[in-house]
Amino acid sequence: MDIKGYVRKGRYFRWKKLYGRGMDLAVNIGHLKLKNPVMTASGTFGYGEEYSEFVELNMLGAVVIKGISLKPMEGNPSPRICETPCGMLNSIGLQNIGLKRFLKEKLPYLKKFDTRLIVNILGNTPQEYVKLSKSLDDVSVDGIELNVSCPNVKKGGIILGTNKKALARLISKIRQSVKKAIVITKLSPNVSNIQEFSKIAEDAGSDAVSLINTIPGMAIDIETWKPKLANITGGLSGPAIKPIAVRMVWEAHNAVKIPIIGIGGIMNAEDAIEFMLAGATAIEVGTANFVNPKATIEIINGIEAYLKKRDMLDVKELIGGLNATESHNNLND
Amino acid sequence: MSRYFKAKIINNLPLNSKNHLLSIEPLEQVINPEPGQFYMIEVGNSYDPLLKRPFSYFRKTEEGIQFLYTIKGKGTSLMKDFKQGRIININGPLGTGYPKPEKGYTPLLVAGGIGIASIFSLTETFAKKALILYGARNKDEIFVLNELKALTDELIISTDDGSLGEKGTVIDVLNDFLTRQSSLATRHLLYACGPKPMLEAISKIATDNGIKGYVSLEENMACGFGACLGCAVKTINGYKRVCKEGPVFSMEEIIW
Ligand SMILES: Cc1cc2nc3c(=O)[nH]c(=O)nc-3n(C[C@H](O)[C@H](O)[C@H](O)COP(=O)(O)O)c2cc1C
Ligand code: FES
Repeated sequence: MDIKGYVRKGRYFRWKKLYGRGMDLAVNIGHLKLKNPVMTASGTFGYGEEYSEFVELNMLGAVVIKGISLKPMEGNPSPRICETPCGMLNSIGLQNIGLKRFLKEKLPYLKKFDTRLIVNILGNTPQEYVKLSKSLDDVSVDGIELNVSCPNVKKGGIILGTNKKALARLISKIRQSVKKAIVITKLSPNVSNIQEFSKIAEDAGSDAVSLINTIPGMAIDIETWKPKLANITGGLSGPAIKPIAVRMVWEAHNAVKIPIIGIGGIMNAEDAIEFMLAGATAIEVGTANFVNPKATIEIINGIEAYLKKRDMLDVKELIGGLNATESHNNLND
Repeated sequence: MSRYFKAKIINNLPLNSKNHLLSIEPLEQVINPEPGQFYMIEVGNSYDPLLKRPFSYFRKTEEGIQFLYTIKGKGTSLMKDFKQGRIININGPLGTGYPKPEKGYTPLLVAGGIGIASIFSLTETFAKKALILYGARNKDEIFVLNELKALTDELIISTDDGSLGEKGTVIDVLNDFLTRQSSLATRHLLYACGPKPMLEAISKIATDNGIKGYVSLEENMACGFGACLGCAVKTINGYKRVCKEGPVFSMEEIIW
């Protein structure tokens, strides 16, 4: 299309902006602005430093840290992971160094980067969640992601995340004690109605919801008749769970106004865009980081290329862009 | 220079019905591997299997970086069909390899089965000084015999069925060897790689004989570079990552 074409279509100024100033990849989660919608999923990006030789951390929208608890947790026995078709099961059991060591040993490193820092937390009790949130807010992390959806621990985690009253109480308590950081509630896919739980999070004051955490699963070795994980069951992640996650993001999008962070099997830019069209404002990349440690950067570049190809200026135009009145099926593509 | 690189398959030779020798040529500047380190190798180009597979660094030749592997599951079954010229993604070298030799000790290298891949990477470090005990099920599963002979004056081969070398396991051979060493004049330092039960048995023998040493462990891995915490092994200092603090650990440290 020539310049006249653009002018005719009323797109001249958009075109000028696109090539003159670059496009806008930034999104907002509550009052927090991310330079792009690509975040890392908790537990798949270590404490950030594990990726420093593969990824320019400054390029990421946000880094989400492995679940931190008040006291260090040693995690579950091995084997903790196994592969399943198009995915993997894990039962890490939230091994982490605990709040104190995190603040002392990991935070100073993470603070050096020009990216948003979000810490995923897990408590045994609501009091522990509050204590963790407060301490992290005090040291000015940008956000706190409440892990109320981990399938691999006995207390806290999924128990809280699947009990409506307990969840509402927990979020409001945390909301009251956190002054600066945004509060993200990470939802479990293990509920019959994700809309209800998203709404609970919204009403209780959560700035955003992130979904989904892993789906409880299991695998058996038929030679030895033993479970493939020492913990017997684990959480399923990877491309295998993507359609479930996209559906849940879409449902949540139809139920709440707060931003949704889409998670589950995002391997490339196409997957990320799919989540955004379903209603996600940002996305978290998990298992893909293990397969390709540079996945996050490739996804950012891929989203930018997609927008460019479609003459789009603002990534926010993707959010909830699904045209639900028609369908396009790929079986004949 | 990056650890995450593309490489071309130069060769993928069957050594017998179950084992292959893979040679790859990096298409970028890469980091030099240390003995005992490993690489995560992409085995397919779909999401099933999804994860890369860890393989011990075996050696470097004009053919490129080489790996020895046994076909045992979905991933390695796909690898055996790797054709010359194919481009794959690789992450490595990864992990902490064997520590540098200590003065005053004679290195005693013990390999069981495909564990020879990792042990072999160490032989060159020790030149002719090392003693090597190498066991496998049968003579078809003994690899790089000539190369080993050239690298050490003291090599004891054993096979379970006696088809090559001594009949018995490498553990029997190690026990014999240590009883024959009546004088305590030589102080040995063990380096072992092989199946987990073998390593456990060797650690026990080492403790009983007051010998120190190192073992190279295997565990399921998702990332290979310390991020997922999936490859934990129980040590006297808590869980450690086989892919990061390991795969080589000092024997005394492991809780079997
Ligand atoms: C090894 C591993 C560890 C994880 N640890 C945590 C965690 O500590 N806290 C948490 O909220 N989610 C954790 N998750 C869940 C991920 O953050 C993510 O929600 C899930 O894996 C789905 O995304 P994916 O398919 O892109 O991996 C973990 C997932 C994996 C695979
Ligand atoms: S394989 Fe991921 S931490 Fe070791």
